[in-house]
Amino acid sequence: MNLFHRPATLVVALLLWGSALAAQTPAADSLHSVFLRLTARLDSIEAGHCGGPPFEVSLTPTREVHTDSLILAARTLADRINRMALARCAQANDRAELPMPAPHPVAARAGGAYMNMGFDGLTDFGWSTASDIGALQRGDHDPAVRGFTAPNSEISLDGAVDPYLKGFTNIVFKLDASGGTGVELEEMFFLTTSLPANLQVKAGQFYAEFGRQNSQHPHAWSFVDQPLVLNRMFGPDGFRSQGVRVSWLPPLPWYTEAMVSVMNSAGGTAFSFRSDESSEIHGGRPATRAVERPKDLLIASRFASSVDLTPTQTLLFGASAAFGPNSSGADARTRIFGADLYWKWKSVRAAQGFPFVSLQSEALVRGYDAAQRVSIADSAVTLPLERLTDWGVYSQLLWGAKPRWILGVRGEVADGDSAAFTAALRTRRYRVSPNVTWYPSEYSKVRWQYNFDDRKDLGTDHSLWMQVEFMLGAHAAHKF
Amino acid sequence: MGIMQAIQVAAATLIAISGRPAPIAHKLNVVATTPDLAALAREIGGDRVEVTALAKPTEDPHFVDPKPSYLIALNRADVLIEGGAELELGWLPPLLDNARNSRIASGSPGRIVASQGITMLEIPATFDRANGDVHSMGNPHFLIDPVDVRIIVAQIATHFAQLDPASAAVFRANLDQFDRTLDTKYAGWRAQLAPYRGAKIVTYHKDFVYLAERFGLDIVETLEPKPGIAPSPAHLAQVISTMRAQHARVIIVQPYQNRRTAETVARQTDGLVLDISQQPGAIPNTTSYFDLMDHVVTTIASALEQTK
Repeated sequence: MNLFHRPATLVVALLLWGSALAAQTPAADSLHSVFLRLTARLDSIEAGHCGGPPFEVSLTPTREVHTDSLILAARTLADRINRMALARCAQANDRAELPMPAPHPVAARAGGAYMNMGFDGLTDFGWSTASDIGALQRGDHDPAVRGFTAPNSEISLDGAVDPYLKGFTNIVFKLDASGGTGVELEEMFFLTTSLPANLQVKAGQFYAEFGRQNSQHPHAWSFVDQPLVLNRMFGPDGFRSQGVRVSWLPPLPWYTEAMVSVMNSAGGTAFSFRSDESSEIHGGRPATRAVERPKDLLIASRFASSVDLTPTQTLLFGASAAFGPNSSGADARTRIFGADLYWKWKSVRAAQGFPFVSLQSEALVRGYDAAQRVSIADSAVTLPLERLTDWGVYSQLLWGAKPRWILGVRGEVADGDSAAFTAALRTRRYRVSPNVTWYPSEYSKVRWQYNFDDRKDLGTDHSLWMQVEFMLGAHAAHKF
Repeated sequence: MGIMQAIQVAAATLIAISGRPAPIAHKLNVVATTPDLAALAREIGGDRVEVTALAKPTEDPHFVDPKPSYLIALNRADVLIEGGAELELGWLPPLLDNARNSRIASGSPGRIVASQGITMLEIPATFDRANGDVHSMGNPHFLIDPVDVRIIVAQIATHFAQLDPASAAVFRANLDQFDRTLDTKYAGWRAQLAPYRGAKIVTYHKDFVYLAERFGLDIVETLEPKPGIAPSPAHLAQVISTMRAQHARVIIVQPYQNRRTAETVARQTDGLVLDISQQPGAIPNTTSYFDLMDHVVTTIASALEQTK
């Protein structure tokens, strides 16, 4: 170690001198960087790295006495360090064995102190032949107007709370059709890390694990807009609420997970349950229902399983169900069932995850018991007790043709049976959406999408949407 | 505390109902994120461990799909060996969030982070993604440096011995044997590359920096203008002119990198494209660490001889 003492002291002294000079001459800036590099070179030799090209000081004299003497000193020092490196290498060769550097601890650094922070901004731009964009694009994070929309700006924070829990939060800011800002506490939950028996508890406000896309945030979607069937069953914001979820991984050789959530049944994000917005489903004035029995809470459950068909192909499939009270009247209840499938092939020589082909499909059916209720359109009319059945399917195929380019197409249909009233949200609708997505880097994307829409009684419409996304901060991890 | 106790009681009840999870097998169940780490674990663990690698040898270790089957592997693992330094940042965290396995929790004896103890190169002075996908902890492709490998195997042996004290002597002996072989091999590799000290080469990504530093090679350009950013025609034109000016004629590509881009550049520089992998098993007859390094060094040395 003594070998380094003298050069190291000299470097530090010169560094200080250089810093003092920095305020006075422009050449001092480059001198300062030379001394920093010399220090780094000494560190590396000390750590056992003797290779690499010789260090050169390529500064030209300035005719300024102090600066020139410093340049000279730097050159002399660089020569000594180069000789030392050569000696070290020769020594290592002579011994014909490896230098054993002392391990040196590296501090783990995340995006922030004890927490990962990220920001994701989505902007849409486009036009449609339909003038009722609000009715056409019903998703809360869909394009909202002809022209520009900023439907989803998301701040995400996560990290280990302590050895037992991890914490996650997503706060969303969005601009509505008239430019007003809305704020959502989209998700806020903790997740246990090491309960026994392969159990895991999630609690807080979170997206219900129902099907595949519902629990994904808009920036993880493969299309500009929310699938029709998810909008009809779960409302514009998706299905999320406050509650607790227990998940279990049974001891099987392949992936299988069983999840049950108990959640509050009220609010717009429990759309098919106790929500004022559910008038769009049953056409009546929403009833005020209090939580009187445990049955008035909402239950959502999911069972998922996955197998690797080949080393390059994976299949993931699941079945979900949700039960809870609805606000068409006292004692009225809703049941939703879903099946989902995701298949992906990825090349064995994938570069940045490309090429790949994936298929994702979801089918949902809802049984909505509508109580006898007063029509919201005409208070003189009473709608009868009836069972409203709705269903919908979407299927999307993606082809990651070459690095950073994805071609996609989605086909959808949603329909409902006839009822004592007409609701736009329950009539037959088809949509076909081809799109192209380009990722300039992992942290940005540009998407172009065409929608062909066929709404019963309203006719066909054509829309072109463009979406631009950027991410800041912590590296977003990809889920399967 | 009340809630935690309630959860514990509920969990205990569920265990009683569902039966205990499968007991840990006699052999240590080791999961490595990449095949190179898996190969080192096999050298040290021998027949006392069962090793699984998550990423395939031919795929880009930055972009691995976090398949549900990996979750099951992590759930059952006694040991997780990761490269660290953000190499697996894009895919390992969501798997670990759901793995519910305290044996491989951060800081446990069952968690080995290879980058700990390594003198990292290219630690950025500022975190700025305008410079591409730079890793804040430094360049994570250090396993190609035999000196760093020596640090990592020592760490692996220590952790294995801690987890399976009955086999500690075996791990120690395997480590000694590995180190002895490495000493001999390393002397050979140095001798093979010694005539080409200062030789100029080009790589696709910044993934051979540690090898170049160790063996005195000079990487004059990368085909990617910045880490993780696709090569642009303007940048490739610059690469071609640098290669011509500096007489660099060897381009290294890994199996998952775009060989066609490298071939285009090679055609215009009278260059040679080398297929080299840092992962054992990607190229035939490179299943062990030593086979792999023999292949890396021999391929580079013969290409440099050919283009002298």
